Amino acid sequence: MSQIYYYSLFERFWHWSQALLIIGMLITGFEIHGTYRLLGFEQAIDLHTIMAWVLIGLWLLALFWHTTTGEWRQYVPSDPDSMLAMVRYYVVGIFLGAPHPFHRKRAEKHNPLQRMAYLILTMVIAPIIWISGLLYLFYQYWPSAGLEGLPLGLVAVVHTIGAFAILCFIPIHLYLALTTGESPQEKLMEMIVGHDAEQG
Amino acid sequence: MCSLRSSTRPFLLLWFFSLLLFVANMEASEEIISSTADHTKFEALQRTFQSGPEVTKACLECHTEAARQIHKTNHWNWKFTHPDTGEELGKRTIVNNFCGAIETNYARCTSCHIGYGWKDNSFDFTSEANVDCLVCHDTTGTYRKFPAGAGHPPYVDKPFPPKSKKIWKAPDLTHVAQHVGKTSRTTCGACHFYGGGGDGVKHGDLDSSMTNPNSALDIHMGTDGLDFVCSTCHQKDGHDVSGSRYTTQAKDTHGIDVPGRDDYTRSTCESCHGLKPHPVTVNNKLNDHINKVACTTCHIPTYARGGRPTKTWWDWSTAGRMNNDGKHIKTKDAQGYVTYVTKKGSFEWGENLVPEYAWYSGNIRYMQLDEKIDPGNVVAINSFEGSYDDPNARIWPFKVMRGRQPYDKGNNTLVTTHLFGKDSDAYWISFDWNRAIKAAMEANNAPYSGNYGFIETSYHWPLAHMVAPKEEALGCEACHAKAGRLENLTGFYMPGRDSYHWVDLIGWLAVLGTLGGISMHGLGRIVMKAKRR
Repeated sequence: MSQIYYYSLFERFWHWSQALLIIGMLITGFEIHGTYRLLGFEQAIDLHTIMAWVLIGLWLLALFWHTTTGEWRQYVPSDPDSMLAMVRYYVVGIFLGAPHPFHRKRAEKHNPLQRMAYLILTMVIAPIIWISGLLYLFYQYWPSAGLEGLPLGLVAVVHTIGAFAILCFIPIHLYLALTTGESPQEKLMEMIVGHDAEQG
Repeated sequence: MCSLRSSTRPFLLLWFFSLLLFVANMEASEEIISSTADHTKFEALQRTFQSGPEVTKACLECHTEAARQIHKTNHWNWKFTHPDTGEELGKRTIVNNFCGAIETNYARCTSCHIGYGWKDNSFDFTSEANVDCLVCHDTTGTYRKFPAGAGHPPYVDKPFPPKSKKIWKAPDLTHVAQHVGKTSRTTCGACHFYGGGGDGVKHGDLDSSMTNPNSALDIHMGTDGLDFVCSTCHQKDGHDVSGSRYTTQAKDTHGIDVPGRDDYTRSTCESCHGLKPHPVTVNNKLNDHINKVACTTCHIPTYARGGRPTKTWWDWSTAGRMNNDGKHIKTKDAQGYVTYVTKKGSFEWGENLVPEYAWYSGNIRYMQLDEKIDPGNVVAINSFEGSYDDPNARIWPFKVMRGRQPYDKGNNTLVTTHLFGKDSDAYWISFDWNRAIKAAMEANNAPYSGNYGFIETSYHWPLAHMVAPKEEALGCEACHAKAGRLENLTGFYMPGRDSYHWVDLIGWLAVLGTLGGISMHGLGRIVMKAKRR
């Protein structure tokens, strides 16, 4: 009887607090954007700002954790063939009951597409949001940083595009995490207690 | 120790009570005024005065330089050469959309002049005796210039309006002269609250409710709070009062003025409140706003808040109507404010008004008499520089006075009108616009085609008073919202108000597409799984 711990305590803490923060920032962010009125503009700004700083702190911790544990290797892109195999599986095989082309190991806990998706999320979408968001936050200091020519509208629009990208990511992530396992609970439990259902 | 203390206690008590008695006695017996001069004791003032100038001469016996100081001020000259544009501004030349201009209407308009006897073009601006000390320095509240007296108070009781039952009382000049003091909200307000010919007519943020406001109406001047007078902020040096509508300091980048170091006088908010006036918050965005938003924009949420309405519309084109008996007409609204009067046309009034907002760098331009206007559009009597890109400009609140007034249809220019006077050219005698315009334009040495019409005009008045308590200041979403207060300002992106519609459209389509894609994918899997079984 053996259990494989796919997700360490830190990773689980990271995942769920990040999830909460991102959802909170989407809610407050789209209020600031003027999409709806919920908490009031100032309250939304305050919460959005606080959550941004907390998330930055969390990311710094995560960065440290990934570099020191070597877990960053989980996010190195796989070879194109195996990614293509995953695409083929999601587009065709999954409907026909074909076997999953990826064999999960502790050292390779994400499938090739998953790796790629998380890599894009952290290396492309997140930086777009971070950079535009911090610029937005420090708008007042643009002149002293030599940025007076930068239009606020451009920064806002980049930030908004990033927000929409995250908003698209969440349902895909949920769909794949909750419906492609043995059961809906499988991945959820893994993310809560760290390991999958007992094997043995 | 203990026994010593208890034995001294009765003596201490006695001492304390005798001290109390002494202090109380002192206050009752000798009231010391804060000024170093008691004007009731001045010999020069122990006499009867026949006129205002006589009083002034007495004042000047001690205050030798006062009149010459006044001679240099806008209060005296009603003339202002704009340092940047070179335009000749000031009441002497400006055409407004209230009673037009002072030329040919002197005695009525100059009842608010800081002098005596400016009844026509021949007024001697070098006369020291013609400076009116009392209008600013009266503390009795009994000195009131006669509305048609060219700056003089009535020297005998007189009715005003003429032939009415309302008596304008002649002040006891000796009593007034012996009770002069510092300027007050009452003295400044005697003119500035009544500009345009009545209470609250001109400014939306200055009316008689500001004589004794509470803190809710004006946080600085509230008598239940800080109790500022006008000169607390509009400080003066040699009688020259700070603050100007022609070159408003729309943005003070200097901050707090420390006496001795940089006393630039206090007529900006920043000169007391500094450049980071708000407590630091999580977002700290309030302090970030001061480079683009004037303090008054948020801190004067509405104007004409003191229970007195301000005039918002003045239509001269309806003036001159008589009733069936050939008598003047006067109609009033439910609150008793005049909505029509034969001499002046139709009015509208407003209370608790939301300001209009505009970028403002402080430089105001005025439409001059010789400038061509476009009669097809609303003519802006004053316009000003400023935009988002102008580092000296901020968003300011304004009262905008609108109305219809005569113009020269032949030359497409503004005109002045001769309203007041005893001659038959005066509009208020003849009710003939042609004659009234011709007489005024001749006096101005300005051409008149002989053909007049009426145009709609607007006149912006920056708001700086009736600053509300901080709890009443506007919140973010007053502006950061669709259809907020700043919805008409352009040239910049404002969160909450602005978005790029195509980005939002594509964004939401992408989100919907994602949800749709997932649903289709999931449905497909369910269907296929069922089939496989």
